[in-house]
Amino acid sequence: MGIVSPGESLAPGELLVILRHAPHGSSWLREGLEAAMVAAAFGREVGLLFTGEGVLALLEGQQAGALGQKGSDNLLAALEMYDVERCYVDAAALERRGLSENDVSLLPVTVLAHADVVALTQCFSRVLSF
Amino acid sequence: MASSETVRTLSLDGREIGLDAEGYLVDLEDWSPALAERLAAEEGRELTPEHWEVIEVLRDFYQRFSLSPAMRPLTKAMTQRFGADKGRSLHLMRLFPDSPPKVGARIAGLPKPTNCL
Repeated sequence: MGIVSPGESLAPGELLVILRHAPHGSSWLREGLEAAMVAAAFGREVGLLFTGEGVLALLEGQQAGALGQKGSDNLLAALEMYDVERCYVDAAALERRGLSENDVSLLPVTVLAHADVVALTQCFSRVLSF
Repeated sequence: MASSETVRTLSLDGREIGLDAEGYLVDLEDWSPALAERLAAEEGRELTPEHWEVIEVLRDFYQRFSLSPAMRPLTKAMTQRFGADKGRSLHLMRLFPDSPPKVGARIAGLPKPTNCL
């Protein structure tokens, strides 16, 4: 963890999935994670970027939602089994919500300064935004 | 996701167990080892100890992640639990021909894997 300099972690990759939505209220987060897993199941090298409200998915204490929605925490836990290991979080999105890198403990993530987030999207040949 | 529509039923020990159009359990709570034997027998398979290893890993995977694994994570989970030999795709293909994740999930009483085409 910690803000890294570009180059250190910004190796080229095949697919970047950008997650911009909080766990509940819509199915965007879940859909994004599932898309990442499908690509990974087919051997693509996948990266995940949590930004905007998507950073909330990384907070401890997640629960199932109303109406029997499953929580997203166990989906995050499964990422490792799909060999999705490149996970990034936008430092600016954390800061805007009064959070720090110490709060995002659900997944090993690399915290990126906002300028590096832009660089990150350029490292991947495909980007899907959820 | 678990389908909710019962298309046919299977009677086991005096109970009617609901199955969906593709033969997956409608109520995952209905699963038992005896039911697994029965589902396998319907497909002309007999469950050996090696099949049960896979079923154990599948059920454990679902418990941990609320997700039926695709092939890749299944091989990884098998390797972690039983070693590299048991995690080989070939081994799994031999036990559950056609599609180990789909056939395995059905017999192990899990929903059909969604991220496995």
